Amino acid sequence: MKRLLFACLAVLAWASVGHAEGPLQDILQEHRALIEKPSRKTISPAIDDIASSGLDQAQRMMQAWEAKNLWQRAEDGLFFIGKAQGQALTLTDVDTGEEIETEKSAADQLKPNAGVRRLISSALVQFQLSDPNEARRLDALESIARRPEAEHLAPLQASIEGEENRAIRARKERLVKLLSIAFAETPEQRVEAINGVSGDLNLEVRAALNPLLATTRKVTDVIPAGENVAKIMRLGEDITRDEAYAALVEAGFATKRLTPAAIKDILAANIVDGQVGGVPVADLDTPEARDEAYRALAAADTVPPFVSAEEVDEKLRTHVIYDAYNEPNGDVTKAAQSALKAIDLNVGLNQAADLGLDALSLASIYFLAAIGLAITFGVMGVINMAHGEFIMMGAYTGYVVQQVIPNHTLSLVVALPLAFIITFAAGVAMERLVIRKLYHRPLETLLATFGISIALQQLAKNIFGTQARPLTAPGWLDGAWVLNDVVSISYIRIAIFVLALCFLFLFLFIMKKTRLGLETRAVTQNPRMASSMGINPDKVNMLTFGLGSGIAGIAGVAIGLFAKVTSELGNDYIVQSFMTVVVGGVGNIWGTLAGAAMIGTLQKGIEWLNPSNTLAAQTFMIIFIIIFIQFRPRGIVALKGRAAGD
Amino acid sequence: MGKSFLKNHPTMLVFLALLALFTLAITVFSEAYGSGLVSTSFVKTLGKTLCLCLVAIAMDVIWGYAGILSLGHFAFFGLGGYMIGMWLMYERTKEVVLRSLENQTIPPTETEISDAIATQIFGVVGSSDFPLIWSFAHSLTLQLILVVAVPGILALVFGWLAFRSRVTGVYLSILTQAMTLALALYLFQNDSGLRGNNGLSGLQNLPHVTAPQSEISMWFLWASAAALGFGYVFFTMMLSGKFGMVVKGIRDNEQRVRFLGYEVEHYKLFLFTVTAIVAAVAGALYYPQAGIINPAEIMPIASIYLAVWVAIGGRGRLYGAVIGAAFVSLLSTWFTGGQAPDIPLGFYTISWVDWWQVLLGISFVLVTLYAPKGIGGLFDLLKRKEVQK
Amino acid sequence: MMNIKTALRTVLLASTIASPALAADCPKDGPIKVGVLHSLSGTMAISETTLKDTMEMLVAAQNEKGGVLGCDLEAVVVDPASDWPLFAEKARELLTVHNVDVIFGNWTSVSRKSVLPVIEELNGLLFYPVQYEGEESSKNVFYTGAAPNQQAIPAVDYFLDELGVEKFALLGTDYVYPRTTNNILESYLEGKGIAAEDIFVNYTPFGHSDWSKIVADVVALGADGKQVGVISTINGDANIGFYKELAAAGVSADDIPVVAFSVGEEELSGLDTSNLVGHLAAWNYFMSADTEANAEFIKQWHAFIGDEARVTNDPMEAHYIGFNMWVNAVSDAGTTDVDAVREAMWGQEFPNLTGGTAVMGTNHHLSKPVLIGEIRADGQFDIISQTEPVPGDAWTDFLPSSAVLESDWKDLECGMYNTETQTCVQIESNY
Repeated sequence: MKRLLFACLAVLAWASVGHAEGPLQDILQEHRALIEKPSRKTISPAIDDIASSGLDQAQRMMQAWEAKNLWQRAEDGLFFIGKAQGQALTLTDVDTGEEIETEKSAADQLKPNAGVRRLISSALVQFQLSDPNEARRLDALESIARRPEAEHLAPLQASIEGEENRAIRARKERLVKLLSIAFAETPEQRVEAINGVSGDLNLEVRAALNPLLATTRKVTDVIPAGENVAKIMRLGEDITRDEAYAALVEAGFATKRLTPAAIKDILAANIVDGQVGGVPVADLDTPEARDEAYRALAAADTVPPFVSAEEVDEKLRTHVIYDAYNEPNGDVTKAAQSALKAIDLNVGLNQAADLGLDALSLASIYFLAAIGLAITFGVMGVINMAHGEFIMMGAYTGYVVQQVIPNHTLSLVVALPLAFIITFAAGVAMERLVIRKLYHRPLETLLATFGISIALQQLAKNIFGTQARPLTAPGWLDGAWVLNDVVSISYIRIAIFVLALCFLFLFLFIMKKTRLGLETRAVTQNPRMASSMGINPDKVNMLTFGLGSGIAGIAGVAIGLFAKVTSELGNDYIVQSFMTVVVGGVGNIWGTLAGAAMIGTLQKGIEWLNPSNTLAAQTFMIIFIIIFIQFRPRGIVALKGRAAGD
Repeated sequence: MGKSFLKNHPTMLVFLALLALFTLAITVFSEAYGSGLVSTSFVKTLGKTLCLCLVAIAMDVIWGYAGILSLGHFAFFGLGGYMIGMWLMYERTKEVVLRSLENQTIPPTETEISDAIATQIFGVVGSSDFPLIWSFAHSLTLQLILVVAVPGILALVFGWLAFRSRVTGVYLSILTQAMTLALALYLFQNDSGLRGNNGLSGLQNLPHVTAPQSEISMWFLWASAAALGFGYVFFTMMLSGKFGMVVKGIRDNEQRVRFLGYEVEHYKLFLFTVTAIVAAVAGALYYPQAGIINPAEIMPIASIYLAVWVAIGGRGRLYGAVIGAAFVSLLSTWFTGGQAPDIPLGFYTISWVDWWQVLLGISFVLVTLYAPKGIGGLFDLLKRKEVQK
Repeated sequence: MMNIKTALRTVLLASTIASPALAADCPKDGPIKVGVLHSLSGTMAISETTLKDTMEMLVAAQNEKGGVLGCDLEAVVVDPASDWPLFAEKARELLTVHNVDVIFGNWTSVSRKSVLPVIEELNGLLFYPVQYEGEESSKNVFYTGAAPNQQAIPAVDYFLDELGVEKFALLGTDYVYPRTTNNILESYLEGKGIAAEDIFVNYTPFGHSDWSKIVADVVALGADGKQVGVISTINGDANIGFYKELAAAGVSADDIPVVAFSVGEEELSGLDTSNLVGHLAAWNYFMSADTEANAEFIKQWHAFIGDEARVTNDPMEAHYIGFNMWVNAVSDAGTTDVDAVREAMWGQEFPNLTGGTAVMGTNHHLSKPVLIGEIRADGQFDIISQTEPVPGDAWTDFLPSSAVLESDWKDLECGMYNTETQTCVQIESNY
């Protein structure tokens, strides 16, 4: 309503001023309604007029428009390029470049949707292909890549000549190749372009080739000459009888068979004296009775005839159903087919590699989550159900540090050791206060630590609220390492992988090379003997437990970076972590590694088999683990001999 | 029941008497059959609590007596609820569907009826076909058999696998927890045939029954009290005598019992299965009172809470489990219900909704550390004092 | 601000004692009770606590204005703790023990299905504020959130018309809302000529965090040169991992736009949106809506909650509209009696925060405009499309089994009326 009023006022104001504005403003005003409420379907005339106006200022205006920087002044409806700062607004005349200072409320910002923006950027291509600014040239190329059009081919080819930047030139040449596949003039040129990209993994290549093989399903009695047939449908193999008949009906070659519901409606409409076609209404509760009644009606010609199965067969016999390529040239489709075949093989191999990377990444996450547990559970035999909450504490530490230190890199550097210190302290406190008293009662330890777990979880909720908290990775961890268009992995996952490796070596180092490790192993194997050798088992247990908890804290920071920080973060990992340790084999870090690898690979493998349901993957994985434990109750890497204890 | 048996188990008599008294009192004060002092919603809460007590007894038998910390008994509880829920839902939907199809000019065919029922039940998960597991849903008898059979067989198979490979102690706990998680995740899927995350709902409306909820809730209270009484007697009888001795022996030293020539695995498997079945029966009584069952109910956390109740009440004595379950679950209801007054400290207001979980967690740790006998241990103290006098 | 806080304190602490000045005209002894049935603990507390606060704010503000019918309002808050059976129990408690006159509550569909039988049995009144999957119309429930045709269908139209999307990835959390919505959308898209093989559907569990494979699958959909769009019904926390993975994979909104139905301002406050600029969400309300009423509402919210950083969202607006409509309906009916209020609710009008007027239909669904917003770097949305008000449709027209169904509580007195057989399938909701 408000806008409408403005528009009316604006028209009046404009009419009184007359056509005194610049030439571009005139074009804009001519398409005013379109520009005010732009839609991809209707905006084209406006964009075409602006782009073909030949005005130099058109490029600047369209760039501003695309970036949502075009404003419309409320008082007269004129369009300006605007720049808002707080409540102040600087309007720049689209023609003269003259600047006017005003209030933000004096103008409306125009926000064309993404579809319109794409059309604008497509229209900008002609200006930008030879723009002195490299970024603009790249923009133009991006735009072509997203919406390849026949008319782009010629200007693109022309612009290669003067291109000095080698990377951009290569990109242009590649795009020319891709455009040639669809838009080159002669089929020979196209086939050549297609053969040139055979086996290329690039998504753009596939995107250019696949449309060539698009088909349309057709129904006819005789296939016309010159049709580029992809495949003739065989009944019962490629298409069911019902589908085939439905296709015939749709093409107008056959009459529709009535559905049971339709038959029922017709029967209901033809009740005479409590009977339909001689069958009492009360008996119409079986399909056979209904068919009988309908046949009787059909015989009396009161309703459409009943299409019998024989008639269906006859129709199907005399007609062909086939898929025809939309591309009329058979050579082109043949070339595209063989090119895609080569690509598909390549894609398959790379997908397997990508899946492998995913599995590796998942395994490293599980390993990271479980490594602390491998120490407390695996080495000390202490069940710590609050392990997940230590992970959560680490993640929240990361969040809090990020609130204090805004620099993401620096905050991460601070958060990692701080998370270790905090969870180390929490672990030591828990060991001293609770676990120490329960060393000979493992089931009780499980329950007591569970109590701590629910208390900690609720405490986190009370302190930080139930909202998920942001923990943002530093900029250099953004993005992904892209090997090609199929295989890629995000940097953050690589970082987690590296972190997991570091911990593996750290653990090995501590256990094998330090005094604490030696003492821990001694206490694990025989606490009495160790104690008589002058080792203080209490202290060793305390430090070992602290170490395990501390590592969980660091894992928490890492997990928070790639997923989310909530009070329930720990829940997601606790069962999986226990599984990892148990499957891998208790008391052995290599076992934990093997367990994580197995669970990660398994989960990804099942996901690959059943991509539409990730939940099933988790269920089957757990069932598999339960069965696996039947056969190797001690896990993959079972300790042998004395070290196995018991 | 010999006289000596009763004599040897005075607590059982006391318990039964108290249970009967309690049921009678509630009846007298209920809205349906009495003065109306106790609201229907509270009757439902009490009825459900009795079912929880029953499953807690089962948990106590498997954990307190046999030393197997199963973190999966709430899964059996839930399965029992699902099995009875299938019939309740099917039958009630059939009732509604038949009523709506009645006024049609042409009588419906069998397939039309069953399609209409399926659409009503599974429309919510975007399907209109009955999954295979609903084959018996039309029959109360069959479904009641399934209440016992499905959890029983699951427990038997799982227990056989686990005990056969000598999985014990914490490993068994983790394994049962994994089983529970797998089951819950499976049921969470929409394609599981049990309406996924939605679960089965509207269970409080019994088919073919026009009585108001105030009466229905009383019937269930009686049924739950009876089941609890039977369960109590059943387990007391089972655990007295030689069988009970062997079971306790397994808890205290499994190896020794095995060397004495007992088939330890068979005992464990038997107990595991029987307690699973009792849990399932409790579930079948619980969920028609709750009104809805869905997979979130059987997530591992519920089974862990079950252990918490038993531990707080006092392990190794059946009445301990009853006290624990009743005490903690009622307290939970009270604290999360917003009835408990908040404590303003000036600078901060302690609201119980936020702090109850923390309190529960900490008190649980304290009980484990300092009062391993739980609330039931208090009775021992009293007894000892009397003896001293 | 001081006033609101004082008023709040009166409601919370001394709520049972109605202020004497008002009690004089009040036909009831004691205040009119407004039940608030939102989880304050458990997994859903993340979303529902905000709604509880909203209700307390609205009740306090109404008391400032003199209450309703001369009576004070009292908010009775209970905590169903994200436990679905507990919802039914608490609903019964609210209706029978606290004798509330109306309930505002629920978020998830399961919880609503859980309370439905109780509300219907005891003839209560429930206002449900969240966008949902439709396929329901209860005599005792008013749905102030969006039905699929008020959110999903317009968003898909936007994808088809404005972005030219030819291939759809429907990603959702595995529960009833995404399942039903996706079923409706699949059937709608097929009607629009999108082939079945161009629709990729995937369901993930609640809180899913490992999105790399799914994002890679979506990117790979673009291999046949068609424009790919993602329709996300991913719920809650899982969104954070999903968007982080999208950003990491370098999927920009220009390549593969994502429109989400469960991601609003509240959810975005949990992550860094600079990499998500341009992705979309469809709602009936955005905090960035430029109207006076909205500015006023945001101001009131910030004053009440005492935190300028808190955002407002769509379900809050739904409660705002629902509560005000209820207040007006009670005033019109002159009583809080459920049946009278229900009838007074039909045709009730109230201005939206985004402009225009919401109207309550006889099918108990609101008529509201649909907004589509693009995510900005500051975690807010640029509103790029706003439709005319769309009446909520209880039974979708795009599934054959429900296309024949209709809900009209005024003339047909039925929430599930089969127009083909002309019979009322059921009056009470079964589930």
